Amino acid sequence: MTRNDLLQIQERELAARKKITLRCCQAAGCLSSGAKQVKEQLENAVASAGLSDQVEVRGVGCMKLCCEGPLVQADPRNTLYIRVTEANAPSIINALQGGTAEAQQGDPEAAFFKKQLSIVLANSGVVDPDRIESYIAQDGYQALLGVLRDLTPKDAVEVMVKSGLRGRGGAGFPTGLKWGTVAKSTGLKKYVICNADEGDPGAFMDRSVLESDPHCILEGMAIAAYAVGADQGYIYVRAEYPLAITRLQTAIKQAKQLGLLGAGIFESPFHFNIEIRIGAGAFVCGEETALIASVEGKRGTPRPRPPFPAESGLFGCPTLINNVETFANVPPIFRHGAEWFARVGTEKSKGTKVFALAGKVRNTGLVEVPMGTPLRVIAEEMGGGAPAGGRIKAVQTGGPSGGCIPAEHLDTPVDYESLGQLGSIMGSGGMIVMDETTRMVEVARFFMEFCMDESCGKCIPCRAGTVQMHHLLDKIARQQGTRDDLTKLEELCDLVKNTSLCGLGQTAPNPTLSTLRFFRHEYEALLQPETGWHRNEATSPQPTATG
Amino acid sequence: MKVRLATVWLGGCSGCHMSFLDLDEFLLELVDQVELVYSPVVDVKEYPENVDVCLIEGAVCNTDNLEILHRIRRHTKVLVAFGDCAVTANVPAIRNQLGLGNAESVLQHAYIEHAQNNPRVPRADGIVPPLLPRVLPVHQVVPVEYFLPGCPPPAGQIKTVVTQLLAGAAPQLAGAELKFG
Amino acid sequence: MAAKTLTIDDKHLSAEEGATLLQAAKEAGITLPTLCHLEGIYDVGACRLCLVEVKGLTKLVPACTTRVAEGMEVLTNSERLRKYRRMTLELLFAERNHICAVCVANGHCELQTLAYSLGMDHVRYEYRTPRWGVDHTHRLFGMDHNRCVLCSRCVRACWHVEGAGTKNVSGRGARAHIITDLNQPWGEADSCTACGKCVQACPTGALFHKGATVGEMVRDRHRLEFLVTARQKKEWITD
Repeated sequence: MTRNDLLQIQERELAARKKITLRCCQAAGCLSSGAKQVKEQLENAVASAGLSDQVEVRGVGCMKLCCEGPLVQADPRNTLYIRVTEANAPSIINALQGGTAEAQQGDPEAAFFKKQLSIVLANSGVVDPDRIESYIAQDGYQALLGVLRDLTPKDAVEVMVKSGLRGRGGAGFPTGLKWGTVAKSTGLKKYVICNADEGDPGAFMDRSVLESDPHCILEGMAIAAYAVGADQGYIYVRAEYPLAITRLQTAIKQAKQLGLLGAGIFESPFHFNIEIRIGAGAFVCGEETALIASVEGKRGTPRPRPPFPAESGLFGCPTLINNVETFANVPPIFRHGAEWFARVGTEKSKGTKVFALAGKVRNTGLVEVPMGTPLRVIAEEMGGGAPAGGRIKAVQTGGPSGGCIPAEHLDTPVDYESLGQLGSIMGSGGMIVMDETTRMVEVARFFMEFCMDESCGKCIPCRAGTVQMHHLLDKIARQQGTRDDLTKLEELCDLVKNTSLCGLGQTAPNPTLSTLRFFRHEYEALLQPETGWHRNEATSPQPTATG
Repeated sequence: MKVRLATVWLGGCSGCHMSFLDLDEFLLELVDQVELVYSPVVDVKEYPENVDVCLIEGAVCNTDNLEILHRIRRHTKVLVAFGDCAVTANVPAIRNQLGLGNAESVLQHAYIEHAQNNPRVPRADGIVPPLLPRVLPVHQVVPVEYFLPGCPPPAGQIKTVVTQLLAGAAPQLAGAELKFG
Repeated sequence: MAAKTLTIDDKHLSAEEGATLLQAAKEAGITLPTLCHLEGIYDVGACRLCLVEVKGLTKLVPACTTRVAEGMEVLTNSERLRKYRRMTLELLFAERNHICAVCVANGHCELQTLAYSLGMDHVRYEYRTPRWGVDHTHRLFGMDHNRCVLCSRCVRACWHVEGAGTKNVSGRGARAHIITDLNQPWGEADSCTACGKCVQACPTGALFHKGATVGEMVRDRHRLEFLVTARQKKEWITD
């Protein structure tokens, strides 16, 4: 594969484009409501209308407005069809010929779409994830080509530093700094790992990226490997994402066939291979040291850091671990430049963030917005607010590691620092909207149950502490808790947060702590009345009259 | 006026009280300082009011234990969980491992399966108190001021605690004096 | 090897580069509570009892896996740490069925000793009283899961001292438990060499010699240290 070969593929692909494209979402959400059959019906209708030379029916990745799926978009007419069924799909072809479509129309100009800024999701809903040519048509693999041709590994790290990108897995560690550390680590063998073990309840950003634009991840990983000096990559993806796994497998196969993975990529000395490792359903394997143990074939439990994976990771070798969304940002950064990227977002949080908008909100789906966008814009303008006249009570970010931000703080901009100040975290991008029917103690109990079930059991505070905290939350939710129980709960939150071995335990108390901070009255209202028994522990027990 | 002392025996083996009797000659000194208002070793049927200190042996196993414990808390200034059964629920709580319905299966096991003759679970309303669904340590039922672990607590430790209490000080046990078992 | 100077609890001391804070503290005569640590096998930092405060770090660090560094200022016994340690022990006691009065290790148990040395006189959390079984299938040893604290010392001794790889951890969270081979009864675990190192390694009465009755279980902990020293340094030192 040479530069010319790549450009030829792109030209061929663009030349083969037809007058009209019907983009038909084939990501997990729409597929679950019949998108496969919709696409077949569209193809049949095109064929029987004799329009095969004018109309292309393209299976694409996520088109974002998941709640209205299956989605079909007709280009260049900019007509969006929503909730398309097998029965009314052929009428869309009718409409192309001047007839009327029975399929319901959505508004592609709605705030939900217009307020988005797509960097990570630029190809999502555009390219056919099963065809590498479709990705190449959108300038795919040109970033890798440019890096290999024009940049030294050191330059490549420098570009990442300048971009200001921070890790999208949740913690927000500067990506360039991480790359630099791995690049500097000495070792004959180095690894690059893509963490695709997305496990937060309500989060589906990474899944959508993998299903919609798998080559973008491969390209991002290859650039990273070149920058840090690795020749082997792993994608650790959870078994619950079978479609993502299939598409990744297809993508890796295609990239190898074209020589975009393997030895001597673009006729350079750089070689890089990627293998998929499938998780066995443990949330804790999203923690990097547990993930590494799992890739090694061991029990997926975390270990104390330092040493960090950048120094000693997979099989004891320096290892770069980034999240799916982080890697997805890489090709655009190298295509458009670090300065271009750094202009988006805020002072300390650059670029965009993809959120999986879910819960008690009209429009659920994927949103990608510049960092610094106020929560209100996402939840109310884009999300359309709570359904059926309800009011938004809180927005939960960061899943079981995050917190609940009350409605009065909806003007908070989404960036790492602002969310942290409110006791929540950016997290990987789950955003659950809650309305006034939501009981916050039950929210806290739900997330604690999740952490309790997912604790690996290695360290005591997390293993046994989550059990006790869940018990106390359950007791309070059932109106059997006392003030003493509430005190115990808060003490345990403090213990588990400060003494647990890994991020799972250290953040497990967050949903409880943040609901206690903003909705304490809901806890107190559930407590049992005081017994009236006094407790003499603090004072000297002075029995009556000792003489 | 003497300190009004009570000792009570809930769900336990009475070993803690045996250990109390091991105080030997100190018992004579104690007599000068306390009035033993209620105890398995004195013949008083009703737990009195205005008790200063009560040593509670045993876990909370049945409705009788529960009832008297609430009465004790109402009428006592200082409660001492006396021995492992009171502090941890100890051996009596092993039946908790059997989950819901553990009380019934324990009775079946003891009075039917292992009966040598006349297999019958004793039931007499108002006389034989029903078992609670879970055996609990004392502090999980009512607030407790001090804890004196041990199975049984050695007489020396009982003496330390009682002496300190009589002197009006908070009992201070440390190190191996706090050993369970 | 270069020496590092640091202070532990305001005590100035020097330690070998690469030494852990736990080793440095021990040499300086400062004892730290530990449970998953065992001389002779590598550390995993799991029990969190040896957590210490290091000036300049926001997070507490386990002394057993943290290496000494020049100028480090370490606190091992603050009020906060003592409180955390007591709470951690309470969590352990509430987790399974630790009934000292009827345990083979009564009086020789690290968990029991830790509890009283840290002043834990009662457990404020509700006892979970789970029903874990006893594996009595091995001809020499028994395993009472009710007394297990999941320190993984047996697993590490089995893999890294004996090299048999019989013991492992299965399940997660509160359902995590020690298994033998592929989760089969210990007596049927072919890889077990019946060496008994796991029994020596166990801090509680979870692993025991068959026939030991309450309070009888005395262990020879130096055995493991001796073996590892003999293997690594070719020194056969016994007391």
